[in-house]
Amino acid sequence: MENQFFVDSEFLSPGALAKKHQLENDPASRKNHMEYLPGMEIIKSDVCENVMSHVNSYEPGKYAASDVKAALEHDTCTIEDFKALLSPAAEKFLEQMAQRARLETSKHFGNTVYLFTPLYIANYCENYCVYCGFNCYNHIQRMKLSMEQIEHEMKIIADSGMEEILLLTGESRTKSSVEYIGEACKLARKYFRMVGLEIYPVNTDEYKYLHECGADYVTVFQETYDTVRYEQLHLFGHKRVWPYRFDSQERALMGGMRGVAFSALLGLSDFRKDALASALHVYYLQRKYPYAEMSLSCPRLRPIINNEKINPLDVHEKQLCQVLCAYRIFLPFVGITVSSRESAEFRNGIVKIAATKVSAGVSTGIGDHESKYTGKEASDAQGDEQFEISDGRSLEKMYSDISEEGLQPVLNDYLYV
Amino acid sequence: MVKINGEERDAAGQTITEYLEAANYNPKVIVVEQNGEIVSKEQYNDIKIQDGDVIEVVSFMGGG
Amino acid sequence: MNEDKLKIGGHEFNSRFILGSGKYSMKLIEAAIKYAGAEIITLAVRRANTKENENILDYIPKGITLLPNTSGARNADEAVRIARLAKALGCGDFVKIEIMRDSKYLLPDNYETIKATEILANEGFIVMPYMYPDLNVARDLVNAGAATIMPLASPIGSNKGLATKDFIQILIDEIDLPIIVDAGIGRPSQACEAMEMGAAAIMSNTALATAGNLPAMAEAFKNAIEAGRKAYLAGLGRVLTRGASASDPLTGFLRD
Repeated sequence: MENQFFVDSEFLSPGALAKKHQLENDPASRKNHMEYLPGMEIIKSDVCENVMSHVNSYEPGKYAASDVKAALEHDTCTIEDFKALLSPAAEKFLEQMAQRARLETSKHFGNTVYLFTPLYIANYCENYCVYCGFNCYNHIQRMKLSMEQIEHEMKIIADSGMEEILLLTGESRTKSSVEYIGEACKLARKYFRMVGLEIYPVNTDEYKYLHECGADYVTVFQETYDTVRYEQLHLFGHKRVWPYRFDSQERALMGGMRGVAFSALLGLSDFRKDALASALHVYYLQRKYPYAEMSLSCPRLRPIINNEKINPLDVHEKQLCQVLCAYRIFLPFVGITVSSRESAEFRNGIVKIAATKVSAGVSTGIGDHESKYTGKEASDAQGDEQFEISDGRSLEKMYSDISEEGLQPVLNDYLYV
Repeated sequence: MVKINGEERDAAGQTITEYLEAANYNPKVIVVEQNGEIVSKEQYNDIKIQDGDVIEVVSFMGGG
Repeated sequence: MNEDKLKIGGHEFNSRFILGSGKYSMKLIEAAIKYAGAEIITLAVRRANTKENENILDYIPKGITLLPNTSGARNADEAVRIARLAKALGCGDFVKIEIMRDSKYLLPDNYETIKATEILANEGFIVMPYMYPDLNVARDLVNAGAATIMPLASPIGSNKGLATKDFIQILIDEIDLPIIVDAGIGRPSQACEAMEMGAAAIMSNTALATAGNLPAMAEAFKNAIEAGRKAYLAGLGRVLTRGASASDPLTGFLRD
């Protein structure tokens, strides 16, 4: 399994290669992933304990068809029902789950589908996460956009009609400081009505600052809630600290953000347990912060530059669909985002069942919107992509495809207060 | 005059114990509040009722 | 079923029927407790009467938990005062907060109830606030330190049953504390229904006090509450919906 991920580069110095190999092969050379690093805020919260006690005792194989049937018949889906819906026994009931999920989605969201686009402003990263194209040992073209370049990209995206943007960086506090991201948020507020952030986890006061700069939604993927597996995949860097990452959403809400998004990267560990953990993370935080908006994503592993072998393992489309239906039935109110990692066919199908938000006009590279949107030859250097996307539809195409399905595409219904 | 359970009484100068005995209360089942403060049972012999006091003598009764 | 305890403020109870003691003769209390199988009984605090020397505590068997209420209080300060008097009467730390600013419908004042809950919880009381079922208020009560939430089913004394059913269900689904349905439960079947929904316990007074045969009605409630609890724990079976239309498969697009 490790060979799926480890790729050496001829561009690394002998010293760097030696360090990389030591991190990969000698667990003792890696820092304790459960220990906070200096500067990381520790908050008092019982959410993690609540989530993990369920996850640790969850045995997906224990559930039978009768449990799944019972779960589908209950008006309110309990945690136990949700566990049954995530189990292998529920695979035979996928169509029934989809029917129920569609009903719940339509009750809460009508026939609307929200559209947004991500904007990567920097791909520098200080972490060695073995599956990620941005990892610090991967030889890719690195780049950080200047404010002028960011504004240029934003103009192009805004001209396409997009009203919601998600700003992303690689996880490097040195290269992409909180102030740098804050300035980008201020720019984004000029061009978009809703600004989300997907950056490295920060402290409460920093989330507060970024909120004041115009961001209102924070996405942090836990990647996997399986701490043992997490340790084997995030070998180096700030991101290695699992508990600090877990509490990111709570810190963001404490900092005044309106909404938070969650996910595991399905395929890194037991996806059923990771799906359970992701949904319970939402469930318990929602109980603690009932006014907050919550959404779930469902990324699966994708190939990256220099490693075509990476794939989502046992999480096939049917399993992904099962997870999303279970999310919807358990958390009828939650937003569900399906990214361009998935195919156009999958996204067209899943928006009719459970998804409420899809990206369009996507690039996961840096500074290449002009060439991608207009076909114009890129004048500046560009930064490489985080992963390969699967659905490359433009906003215009996505808008018309969704409309043709009888759904209502929504660019924004957000009021910044 | 002193207001006890809403009624004017000429009880100033008496200790709480003296008043409770005279009025035929069972001290085991009541609590006395003097001007909004609960009087502990150990003080019933010592505390004198003053002119102008508002005293409540309460006990449990049926209720839902 | 033996492990299925009602837990309130660190105390455990087997019975899920909280009995009121108002509006009927003290002489019936012992029989009511016995037939109800109750372990908690509510009491009110009132001005002591010197004429009749009966003490209600003499009619309540040992081992029964006393739950004084703050009825008569019109605001948080009065409720706090009554709770302190009740504690001084020597009945333990439990208190049921009841604050009515409305003498016509006797509806609880949620805002004052939150204030009183916070003060009394900080003083170490086990606070059981009676309230109008509102999710935001229930959350505030949790944060204020309540030990349970006691939403009303319908106006107090009305025997009208679960008029607020949907809102009580929301409290059961969203609040981690025991939800004890209080006020308005008029029949055993209504008590049973509330328990099937997942209520932790039922508090009833008027339904018993106004029954033809109080001990018999107490027993009927006891059985209904136990039946409802068992049904809840057993997981209710399917309700067949007629005429559900078959539609095109939604999952045909999925690849293996």
